[in-house]
Amino acid sequence: MIALAALAVALPFLSAAVALLGSRWPGHARGGPADTAANRRAAWIAVVPTAASTALAAWLAYTHWTRFGHEGGAPFPFADASDVPSVTGTLTVVDTGSVPISLGLQLDGLSTAIAVLVTVVALAVQVYSIGYLRGDRRYPSYSAFISLFTAAMLLVVYAADLLVLYVGWEVMGLCSYLLIGHWWEDRANSRAAVKAFLVTRIGDVGFLFGVFVLGTAAGSFRIDDILAAATNISPVGATAAGTSMPVSTLTVATLLILAGVAGKSAQAPLHTWLPDAMAGPTPISALIHAATMVAAGIFVVVRLHTLFVLADLTLNVLAVLAALGMLGAALAALAQDDLKRVLAYSTISQLAYMAAALAAGSDGAAVFHLITHGAFKALLFLCAGAVIHAVGSNLMSAMGGLRRELPVTFAAMTIGFAALMGLPPTSGFFSKDEILIAVERAVSPGPLTDAAALLLYGSALATVAVTGAYATRAWLRTFFGERPAVALPEPAPGTAHVIDVHEAPATMRRPILVLAVPALLLGFAGAAGVHWGTAALSVAVALLGAGAVYAMWRSDPRSDPARMLGPFRLLCERAFYVDSAYRTLFVAPVLALAGLVVRTDDRAVDGAVRGSGRAALGLSGLMRSAQNGNLQLYLTGLLAGVLLIAVGAVVFG
Amino acid sequence: MHVVYPAVVSALLFSIGVYGVLARRNTILVLMSVELMLNAVNLNLVAFDVWLRDRLHGGQVLTLFVIVIAAAEVGLGLAIILALYRNRRTVDLDRLRALAEPGASGPGDASGPDDDSGDGPAPDTSSAGAPRPGSLASGTSPVTVPGADAGAPGRDGTTPGTVTP
Amino acid sequence: MTEAVPSYLSPTGQEIVFLLLGVLAVGSALLVVTTRQLVHAALWLVVCFGALAGCYLVLTAEFVAWVQVLIYVGAVVVLLLFGIMLTRAPIGRAADLDSGNRVAAAVVALATAAVLVTVVVDGFHAAYAPLEPGRGSAGELGSSIFRTWVLPFEALSVLLLAALIGAIVISRTDIRGRE
Repeated sequence: MIALAALAVALPFLSAAVALLGSRWPGHARGGPADTAANRRAAWIAVVPTAASTALAAWLAYTHWTRFGHEGGAPFPFADASDVPSVTGTLTVVDTGSVPISLGLQLDGLSTAIAVLVTVVALAVQVYSIGYLRGDRRYPSYSAFISLFTAAMLLVVYAADLLVLYVGWEVMGLCSYLLIGHWWEDRANSRAAVKAFLVTRIGDVGFLFGVFVLGTAAGSFRIDDILAAATNISPVGATAAGTSMPVSTLTVATLLILAGVAGKSAQAPLHTWLPDAMAGPTPISALIHAATMVAAGIFVVVRLHTLFVLADLTLNVLAVLAALGMLGAALAALAQDDLKRVLAYSTISQLAYMAAALAAGSDGAAVFHLITHGAFKALLFLCAGAVIHAVGSNLMSAMGGLRRELPVTFAAMTIGFAALMGLPPTSGFFSKDEILIAVERAVSPGPLTDAAALLLYGSALATVAVTGAYATRAWLRTFFGERPAVALPEPAPGTAHVIDVHEAPATMRRPILVLAVPALLLGFAGAAGVHWGTAALSVAVALLGAGAVYAMWRSDPRSDPARMLGPFRLLCERAFYVDSAYRTLFVAPVLALAGLVVRTDDRAVDGAVRGSGRAALGLSGLMRSAQNGNLQLYLTGLLAGVLLIAVGAVVFG
Repeated sequence: MHVVYPAVVSALLFSIGVYGVLARRNTILVLMSVELMLNAVNLNLVAFDVWLRDRLHGGQVLTLFVIVIAAAEVGLGLAIILALYRNRRTVDLDRLRALAEPGASGPGDASGPDDDSGDGPAPDTSSAGAPRPGSLASGTSPVTVPGADAGAPGRDGTTPGTVTP
Repeated sequence: MTEAVPSYLSPTGQEIVFLLLGVLAVGSALLVVTTRQLVHAALWLVVCFGALAGCYLVLTAEFVAWVQVLIYVGAVVVLLLFGIMLTRAPIGRAADLDSGNRVAAAVVALATAAVLVTVVVDGFHAAYAPLEPGRGSAGELGSSIFRTWVLPFEALSVLLLAALIGAIVISRTDIRGRE
């Protein structure tokens, strides 16, 4: 099984290598027009290994599930990873002299389930991209990066060692940077890519040091060993002595890892890169910035959830961040005009839901929501991509009434929005219900303080309402009402304005249909544990928010229902000015400091160098004036010197 | 006789010769000053020969030798001065700046049109050069302060890029 | 060297004559290096050399004195005057016979004089040389030269020949070095 898992990781990687090395073979000049043959070949190179990986991941999940079952009464088969037996394979141990690094893969309920999600979404995105980027001359490298990303994400998921996990983690960050900046000719896109890279990098530094702290404290980087060391239970086959970690070490390590998680999963303090990352192609937004990569942070917390439960402080910090993040991001989503930015803020909000579940102590609910969210958010993004592809604009103010032109997209997106709102019977209803139950239970005595738990609960309920509001708003503004007359840019001479709104090509339509199925039905896997009281409450709250928006929209279908926010609308549209605050707090001082350093370098350091040069030239100029060819001057100097020597000899001799 | 007397006279003569060598610009005057210094030495030689009562008369014989050598030296020196005059039309020491650093040689090359750059004798000037009336007086006015303007114009002009920022 | 040194306050007649001649020599030498007329400098050089010849006579070096008169006054100064003439130097007052190096030259010369006089006075104030006439006569010197110093004398004749040829080669314009 381990070999199959390694194959699943290696296949997309090899695909990426082959595609990157041979993308332009047999040789075309750079910057030329798109090569249809090369694009088609690249599509095959990208899709086939991904499909194979999907099959492998599905088979691994199936065998794992049949072999071990889902005993333990967990509400969801993938919950409580530590309870389910796992298969671990260590390929090589790198003996570093201090803490050994094992290159190992691990198969358990969690990793197999997430791997299926990753590969399915990646496959859907690969197929979708064929149509979305038809005619793009950088499509070969684009698909190669997606393959590389898939490999990295699978490595993260299957990793049995924190350092191996970190390798995949960083490669994902790199792929994210490259793909956000796919259309780098536009300055804003490359800026967004750099911003995403830098912000996640800040978190990654914390993550790396957290890994080091854990590794040195436990004497091993293997996840099993670390978990065992934390709980001081000697696992079977543990290589390190089961030393116990003090709570302070645990708190420090988990806080550091939390920084990396916040960066990668776009949680509250480090979330600003995600809305800007929507500058990338829409399939990338679906794959990386909605379904998989941002889920990696949540996944890591789930992996190490045992540690987090033991560190009360970290849990409280996570709870507060999640509470602030979910409500703030939902409010920001309510005011955005860009459809993709709405979905981006919605992603932040939903990820904060998962973080809330983790803070409440229920990793099962978090994983459940992670999977359902991955499905319906990928669906939403792909639908948004189809809409944008048809309309040619990201702005909802340019859309409206599209349900007639795009019936398939309309149906799929309706399912997606319903899942996002948590309406039955979609998958989001069940997973969100799990989370609300977990949060509700956390109010009773537990690792969370009462204030944090209450804040979390109130925030979660309020977010349900706001989520209903913004999902309804986006749905209404996109598919209902009238398309406004938009001043199109002046066409090229000789062509007429052609508004050609039609359904997307099959390569784009089919992944949408495929993804709509799990978005609709995946929730029934956890249907057994529905708590109808809480569920009714949450549905009622969501419908309340949706109804408010609908009422506003009915009163004036042409204007934006976000006007009900009143004076807070601008605040929400700017996402509470977090970007501006960061600009003033960090960017401006750093730029000022950089300017200071540049000036110091220019004036002081270079000035010293140039000044010494000038001083030497000046001094030598003085000396040169003596070297003027006047023999008598030379002779005067000579005799004066002889005299001095004579006087010296007489006086001191 | 006290030995101090000829010794002091000789020391004074020598110092006067030093002054002449260092301060005169006409080469023939410099040659005269060199003769003064040689005579100071001669006086010393004679005085110490008398004082030491040298039976071999080393001092006086050496004085004779010095006189002879001085005569030869004057002959050679004048020949050199004449050759110099034929080539440069001047015998002023402070206009002969061929020893100056190439980049810094301002006045020697720029002072007058009759100054060659100093790279070897120009063969035609000896025969073709018409007598310049008052060449000492007329040609030397631009170089009254040779040390002061030796650097500035020539250095900035001939070494571009080193000083400019 | 070891006999008692007579007092400086009661100079002998020879000493007075020597001092007068010495003052004459130093004064005329000063005029040589300070006069503003080139030809006058040569003439003051004649006076200086003559005074020095007198000094040699007082010091009983009569042969050296006559040689001085013959060669220096007779030959060297005439050569210098020829040089002045051949370089077409201005006859008469010239304002620019001194170079700009004058002040430094004066300082160095004064320092030289101070050092030399100090050292000489300090070293020889106790030395006294009694004068014996006849020690510097032509006979004595001749026998000394042609017995003891004959080899240097011959070498000197070769040197003179070389100087002669050199002067001719340098001053003639129709003899070229190899290009």
